[in-house]
Amino acid sequence: MEPEAEMPTPGRITRDDVAYVARLARLNLTDAELEGFTGQLADVLDHVADIEALALDGVVPTSHPLPLSNVFRADEPAVGSDDDADHRLFCEEVLAAAPAFEESRFRVPPVLGEAP
Amino acid sequence: MSAFSLAGSVRSGERTARSIVEEHLAAIADGETEINAFNLVMADSALERADRLDALVAKGGDPGPLAGIPVALKDNMCTRGVPTTCGSRILDGWRPPYNATVVERLNDAGAVLLGKTNMDEFAMGSSTENSAFGPTFNPCDTTRVPGGSSGGSAAAVAAGFTPLSLGSDTGGSIRQPAALCGVVGVKPTYGRVSRYGLVAFASSLDQIGPFANSVVDAAMLLEVIAGHDPMDSTSIPAAAPDLLGVLDQGVEGLRVGIIEEISGSGPTGLEGFSPDVQSRLAEAAETLAAAGATVEKTSVPSTVFGLSAYYVIAPAEASSNLARFDGVRFGLRVDAENTVDMNAATRTAGFGDEVKRRIMLGTYALSAGYYDAYYGKSQKVRTLIVEDFARAYGSYDLLLSPTAPTTAFPIGEKIDDPMLMYLSDVCTIPSNLAGHPAMSVPFGVGDDGLPVGVQVLAPANGEASMFRAAAVLEAATGGLTGSTT
Amino acid sequence: MSPETCSGIDGWEVVIGLEVHAELATATKLFSGARNEFGGEPNTQVDPVSLGLPGSLPVLNEKAVELAIRVGLALNCVVQPSEFARKNYFYPDMPKDFQISQFDQPINGEGWLELPDGRRIGIERAHLEEDTGKSTHVGGGGRIHEASYSLVDYNRAGVPLIEIVGKPDLRSADDARAYVSELRAILVTIGASDGKMEEGSMRVDCNVSVRPVGEEELGTRCEVKNINSLRSLGRAIAYESRRQVDLITLGQKVDQQTRHWNEEEGRTHTLRSKEEAFDYRYFPEPDLVPVVPSTEWIDQIRMAMPLLPGERRHRLAEEADIRPEAAALAVERGLDDLALAAMDLGADPARVLVHVENNLADGQGTLTADGFAALVAMETGGELTATQAKTVLADLVSSGGDPALVAAAHGFEAMESSELEGLVESLIADHPEDWEAFVGGDESERKKKSGFFVGQIMKTTKGQADGRLVNEILERRSTSR
Repeated sequence: MEPEAEMPTPGRITRDDVAYVARLARLNLTDAELEGFTGQLADVLDHVADIEALALDGVVPTSHPLPLSNVFRADEPAVGSDDDADHRLFCEEVLAAAPAFEESRFRVPPVLGEAP
Repeated sequence: MSAFSLAGSVRSGERTARSIVEEHLAAIADGETEINAFNLVMADSALERADRLDALVAKGGDPGPLAGIPVALKDNMCTRGVPTTCGSRILDGWRPPYNATVVERLNDAGAVLLGKTNMDEFAMGSSTENSAFGPTFNPCDTTRVPGGSSGGSAAAVAAGFTPLSLGSDTGGSIRQPAALCGVVGVKPTYGRVSRYGLVAFASSLDQIGPFANSVVDAAMLLEVIAGHDPMDSTSIPAAAPDLLGVLDQGVEGLRVGIIEEISGSGPTGLEGFSPDVQSRLAEAAETLAAAGATVEKTSVPSTVFGLSAYYVIAPAEASSNLARFDGVRFGLRVDAENTVDMNAATRTAGFGDEVKRRIMLGTYALSAGYYDAYYGKSQKVRTLIVEDFARAYGSYDLLLSPTAPTTAFPIGEKIDDPMLMYLSDVCTIPSNLAGHPAMSVPFGVGDDGLPVGVQVLAPANGEASMFRAAAVLEAATGGLTGSTT
Repeated sequence: MSPETCSGIDGWEVVIGLEVHAELATATKLFSGARNEFGGEPNTQVDPVSLGLPGSLPVLNEKAVELAIRVGLALNCVVQPSEFARKNYFYPDMPKDFQISQFDQPINGEGWLELPDGRRIGIERAHLEEDTGKSTHVGGGGRIHEASYSLVDYNRAGVPLIEIVGKPDLRSADDARAYVSELRAILVTIGASDGKMEEGSMRVDCNVSVRPVGEEELGTRCEVKNINSLRSLGRAIAYESRRQVDLITLGQKVDQQTRHWNEEEGRTHTLRSKEEAFDYRYFPEPDLVPVVPSTEWIDQIRMAMPLLPGERRHRLAEEADIRPEAAALAVERGLDDLALAAMDLGADPARVLVHVENNLADGQGTLTADGFAALVAMETGGELTATQAKTVLADLVSSGGDPALVAAAHGFEAMESSELEGLVESLIADHPEDWEAFVGGDESERKKKSGFFVGQIMKTTKGQADGRLVNEILERRSTSR
């Protein structure tokens, strides 16, 4: 399922909707799970429907609870160079924690398509 | 004895850190099977660390304000070389190659890391039943939940396994378990404590905060972990506030408002509050009034929409934050023919149902065509809540409510009804949406004999007056509140 | 224009808009202190942030913002308050499985870029975002679809990029290449990027559509990816526009698609259709706060900006009294300062530009403005012929020195005009028919024959004669007859 470009009025979430978001989120669901999740998500969205009724035109959305801006760091390396012992150790720990690696790179099964 | 005094006795050489650590390891050995508060007890490293601290004191050194004090960490804070699971199979066995900022600060303050505590998977839950490593049981009644998601940290303090612990609070995950376990729990102002190294659930809501058996201990621990961190862009650019210095200042002259909506009272009050919880709140209000505060009921109308906004915003951010658990770089991998299938197989096997539910909910709320209806609208509701609080804080210095609508509920009661479970966070969520500090103070028990918590809410950066009120409430209940101390 | 890259198709107009990604020349990554260096050992230019480890948080690199503002100013953009957003999609070379980019509030809004010929190409926006890691496909000849597995290196992950989105104002492959060349020159001039397409530090995605000449509505566009050089850009546009025209001519429809340019095969193929478009679920990045550059900061950056290629073309064009387009080569070679300095010292602008364009392709070397001016003065004063001047100039470039001494060392002395008169006279005597044709011919005939005579004189004098002087003698003799 591909949602329309224009905004639809949200109706009750369907099995197809849940199957679509599961695919987007890289989750496999059995039919029984699909059924169960659809009902549970619908319950939550029914509750959320109370805010749909609110008149919110002209209200500015809040995405940050703190009114901060312009937080920067200086353009200075914070990690050692290749031959720095601490940094080497960090890199080794990173690779040691990898599910699979080869020649200092993370190994993954074939990648199906080009990046977007 | 408070951790505050205990640290003093270690610094003066009166007690050894080793003896303190051994005492708590013994308590864990004794009671942990019943409680399941820990995912990992770091017995060996804790004892080694204690010995090093004792050696330092012996040479005349000062390990710092938390000298020799055991601290347990919720298992979503990164500890270098020490497993950090977030209560999830997907991170089972993962050893982070770096420390969270709070871990560095605890080390610098002379604390002893005692272990990693159990939690709802990725902090999603209100009962600690959503852990891949089994539920945690409430030390006050092991047939009940300890609350969540930081249930392990709350239970560990309540059970006397550790004097101090850290939790994270996205919608009430410190305060609600603190209330249900009968300990003090604090969610600081958003940005007060660095989130660097805290595995994110919902980035714009998450805050790390302390659990303790007393207000003074919570203040001491918060002072240590608070303060600006350049590694977190949302960190408040200010030093940690002085809390220990204000605890005895009382509440004389402070104006306190009881939020009707999230106390289940008045015409707009939400439903589902037990009468005994409401009675304890009324008594807490009387206590503050008796101590010289002016206390009255007030309305913060949009708080009733907090739950809805929260259950869009938090899952939306979580759906993005949890994308990186894809089997490529760390943690679990379930192999498959290609990377797309490997990602899906890994996530399907690695995540529990509640996490999947929220990832899908958040993905849906952000997906093409639904963004404005759900995410956009919820962010506007967030603005309303911020504005309503600002209005209320024009008239009041502090606000008051129960921490949770009920005392600890039986294990299994709400696990199959997500919406019912979500309702247990109705009192705590508004502070997260506004980014304000709030804390839960134990205040007596309910008809079932289980602890009741009162929530003190303050405006941003209002921790000092919040702690003053908490100290007054605590004094009225007779001091230390943990069940075994 | 080579036929291969000619995208002109009779009766059709090609409409092109380019999206250019350029890596910013910072020391560290966009959101962390890991190093931004090309070609390190795999997975060593990394830290928790660039690996997307759980718990890591981004902190914005101030220098990257400054460079982005420089780009905005250089492209005449509105520099504005901005926010970061998350673009969500799964891909193994993207550590967090989302990219931190800018969506509805880019740091640079609308602007324009001036091509050397003076045309202005609109810029939609120029925003900051992070780069991805790099995958190597093992087995199947390294091709993604046939590989047996892939290896991922995150050294490049988190490197700061500026994405410059151009408006669909370009009309040919030549336009597109001129635009990219100019953009690259600007980025290099302002120190924002090294602009190396071959190292991937500058990458071009190309939106192509076609429409019948005179039609106002835009055709359905296709986005072409994987263009790795200016040559590929031209070829890809030629191929893609031809493909679209052929489809329409056959009565078929162009589908909105993302297509992949295959350099070896010289064609594009489908990556995905619009229906398979990604649902990126953009939302404001909660781990970062807004960037609100102050007017003072923007002014400070503006004041420190070097002259841009366009400004330098205009400056040189004004001084030399030529069209800016004619000054392009001098600016491109970085010789406009030298040329201007020589002109300031009195050198003839036309001769200066001739040398810059014809004889200084490899740069000025040890040539100074003084030497250059003195050389041109000797040339215009008749002390050196054009050929001799070129020889002296080459010496000045390679080893410097005083042009008079260099000329003397070569034994260059301009031929006396009396000597030249004699040579011309005997040449006329040897070629009476050519002479008659010169005297009686129309302008083009006269030009042809004067060329013949000058050529012959040059041959006998081995280039020592001054061509202009020979022409003067021919003119004088033909009119005084």
